[in-house]
Amino acid sequence: MTLVEGLDAEGCALREGTGADAVGGLVPARVALPSDTRALGRVMSAAAGEGLTVVARGGGTAMDWGGLPRGLDLLVDTTGLSWIEHIAGDLVVEVGAGTPVAELFEVLAAAGQRLSVDPVRAGGTVGGMVATGVSGPRRLLNGALRDLVIGMTVVRADGVVARSGGRVVKNVAGYDLAKLHTGGLGTLGVVASVAFRLHPVPRALRVVTRPVPSGAHAERMLTVLRRSTVTPSAVELDWPPEGPGSLRVVLEGTPEGVEARVTEVVEALGGESAVADTLPEGWGLLPVEGTLALVSVPPAESVRAATRVGELAADADVRVSGSARSGTLYASFPPGTGAVGVETVLGGVRSTPGWSATLLRAEPHVHAAGTDLWGEVPGLPLMRAVKDSLDPDHRLAPGRFAGGI
Amino acid sequence: MSETEAPRTAVAALVPRLREICGEDGVLTDTSRRRTYESDGLPHHHALPGVVVLPTTADQVAAVVRLCAGNGVPFVPRGAGTGLSAGALPHAEGVLLVTSRMRRVIEIDVENECAVVEPGVANLDVTRAAAPYGYYYAPDPSSQQVCSVGGNVAENSGGAHCLKYGFTVNHVRGLDIVTPSGEQVRLGGKGPGAHGYDLIGAFIGSEGTLGVATRVTVGLTRSPERTVTLLSAFTSMDAGGRAVSSIISAGVLPSAVEMMDALAIEAAERAVACDYPAGAAAVLVVELDGPAVEVDAQLAEVTRLCSEAGAFETRTASGADERARIWKGRKSAFAAVGRISPSYIVQDGVVPRTALPEVLRRITELSAATGIRVANVFHAGDGNLHPLVLFDDAEPGAAERAEEVSGAILDLCIEHGGSITGEHGVGVDKACKMPRMYGPDDLATFDLFRRALDPDGIANPDKLLPTPRLCGERPGVRKGVHPLVEAGRAEQF
Repeated sequence: MTLVEGLDAEGCALREGTGADAVGGLVPARVALPSDTRALGRVMSAAAGEGLTVVARGGGTAMDWGGLPRGLDLLVDTTGLSWIEHIAGDLVVEVGAGTPVAELFEVLAAAGQRLSVDPVRAGGTVGGMVATGVSGPRRLLNGALRDLVIGMTVVRADGVVARSGGRVVKNVAGYDLAKLHTGGLGTLGVVASVAFRLHPVPRALRVVTRPVPSGAHAERMLTVLRRSTVTPSAVELDWPPEGPGSLRVVLEGTPEGVEARVTEVVEALGGESAVADTLPEGWGLLPVEGTLALVSVPPAESVRAATRVGELAADADVRVSGSARSGTLYASFPPGTGAVGVETVLGGVRSTPGWSATLLRAEPHVHAAGTDLWGEVPGLPLMRAVKDSLDPDHRLAPGRFAGGI
Repeated sequence: MSETEAPRTAVAALVPRLREICGEDGVLTDTSRRRTYESDGLPHHHALPGVVVLPTTADQVAAVVRLCAGNGVPFVPRGAGTGLSAGALPHAEGVLLVTSRMRRVIEIDVENECAVVEPGVANLDVTRAAAPYGYYYAPDPSSQQVCSVGGNVAENSGGAHCLKYGFTVNHVRGLDIVTPSGEQVRLGGKGPGAHGYDLIGAFIGSEGTLGVATRVTVGLTRSPERTVTLLSAFTSMDAGGRAVSSIISAGVLPSAVEMMDALAIEAAERAVACDYPAGAAAVLVVELDGPAVEVDAQLAEVTRLCSEAGAFETRTASGADERARIWKGRKSAFAAVGRISPSYIVQDGVVPRTALPEVLRRITELSAATGIRVANVFHAGDGNLHPLVLFDDAEPGAAERAEEVSGAILDLCIEHGGSITGEHGVGVDKACKMPRMYGPDDLATFDLFRRALDPDGIANPDKLLPTPRLCGERPGVRKGVHPLVEAGRAEQF
């Protein structure tokens, strides 16, 4: 392949792909490591010239998310695009896609600021976080990840570098294309950098944990919380296959204010609540293996959905957790769960009006069984039209997205 | 085309079919009735629409759009017509599709904390419907008494409180849309939605160029336990700016931080006798809301920070009437300026908040150098400037000079890494300024996306992106008081 020559001299190292670079069982012929956005543009342009299929990789923590790619000639490793431009006074940061999320969080924390999102995977990069697009528990106060992105630079399939949005929070000039790339699994372009709005780290944090012995209990508590004006940052439901579930309410604010709000929550929930001033270990992280589904329901139906998933899974030991207040739940199947068991849960959820279920990650045998990861996707023809216009030859992670996009 | 002519050519041929779709009373062809729709909130741009349709259902909207698509006739969606970028400027040979008769609040779902409404519902009516349950609809554009939710979706409207609560896009969970080919698609719903590309996010703010929203599901926000408004007066804009910076860096997130300069204060004082502290060169209006204990703690801190920054007087109000009194001066500022100057241009630019002092100084210099007065009224918390460039249109060349100043202010915003529009949108008014903010590749990519959904270019053409036909026109000039403000139907700020 000619791609090897002439490119590594221009800020883009190239090497041969190995088994460790495989995505969905496909080993890329080449791996490119661009050092900056321009180099990324050049290598993408070269790949376009040769008609190569391309998959982007950041920290590599979600290469098994989405569908299996139909082709993989070139893997683009974005970890060279690692830089942080923190404009602390404006509560804005612009970050290279290859920057480790943990590094970004450290830099922001040192300035008393944060990107108000709980990552769902450890060890990932900013680009991967955005491309997979899901948000952890603390999304009630400042929104989900997509609400915090204020600008994005993306390299198109043809190598053109295009920016949308900017570095100011308030900006309605142009289409908000970053919304399409957030959660787009790299099928519309390779994210090169992202600008986020930030928030000051609240001075006080409390976590109220309350065991919930039954679905009815959980429903009642959520109703009480909804009626209060206590404005939690997170209301996280944990519904394990065995034993009682729990509700975790995260409160953030001033030291004086938080104490009073904790008291209000504890009284509202009644019974035995534990109060902690730190988040539990592994907060927000999803299991790193096994099939994983995202179940979205109207918020008031969160508990019903969690219990329903448990029933549908029968003896498959599915754990359901997620933001009960927003209706975003994750169903984690133990590794090795058969496709039939997974499909039973998906089918049961999808047949309920207003509910949806997407497999974020399917184990290889689930893929092999031909399980439908997405279910019915409203607006799919529009999505295909968008794909056709931005990646007309379908070379970017073909097959990884809904409807085989 | 002469404005007195009846609709002609392709549009005229559609009229019988449009009457079948929308009924006799849903199609306006009479010149005088069409003329009431010739502009939106930016009357400098006006055009007589080929025909006006007032559908009452999504099916009618879809049928109208299909008819347009089938005949290659452009359509322009319009809500309440309060937009300030001529985004609803009619097409002389197209269909103006007005959603004002689609104004049912379909459902207030308290348990799911959302409302389902038709696009013509006024923004404030969502809050009115939700209020008995202890909820409100957070985006609050200044025209909220009349502006429509559908229009808010098109423009991604914010409001004074978007500093804390975000814009329309942060609150919409579901959209029914009619695409430019006339297909009806339901995206999202009452749940958070997780399906495929975030088309809802991309549709919001697309200014009617990707189709028409026919039903909107919006999240409702729990009414805060306590709301406090604070008015702080300073002897200089710099001191006021320092107060804003120290509030934000202290980690306080007010729901609104608004600032006015001496000229704006003077105008407001003359117009509505708002009784702001005498001698103030700058006033800051800060609103805090949330759990009572949090608000109390923040109020003490903000008051201290303002006084440290040099505030010579600070007032606080927690009752609705008292708060309204503080807001009165701020909310009346635009209209008030219309009373001290024969004409003015409202600019809408954004700068990073840290660049505010520098940009304000440069605006002062610009004003001094050109002799053109500029009143500054702005959302200080997020750096969204609304300079009002004052001039007398009776004076030859004054309008052109004012436009130059207004344009130079936008250039300052871009130079400082900001945006050409924070909330008014691009529309026709700023389409030609897009190349100052985005490069050719960025614009070409926007266009690729647009054409993906509207390959024939019939949905609100000549808006949002620069076109050769469009560019070269003069930016909007506002004369006197906006008609809606005059009629007491809306406030602008």
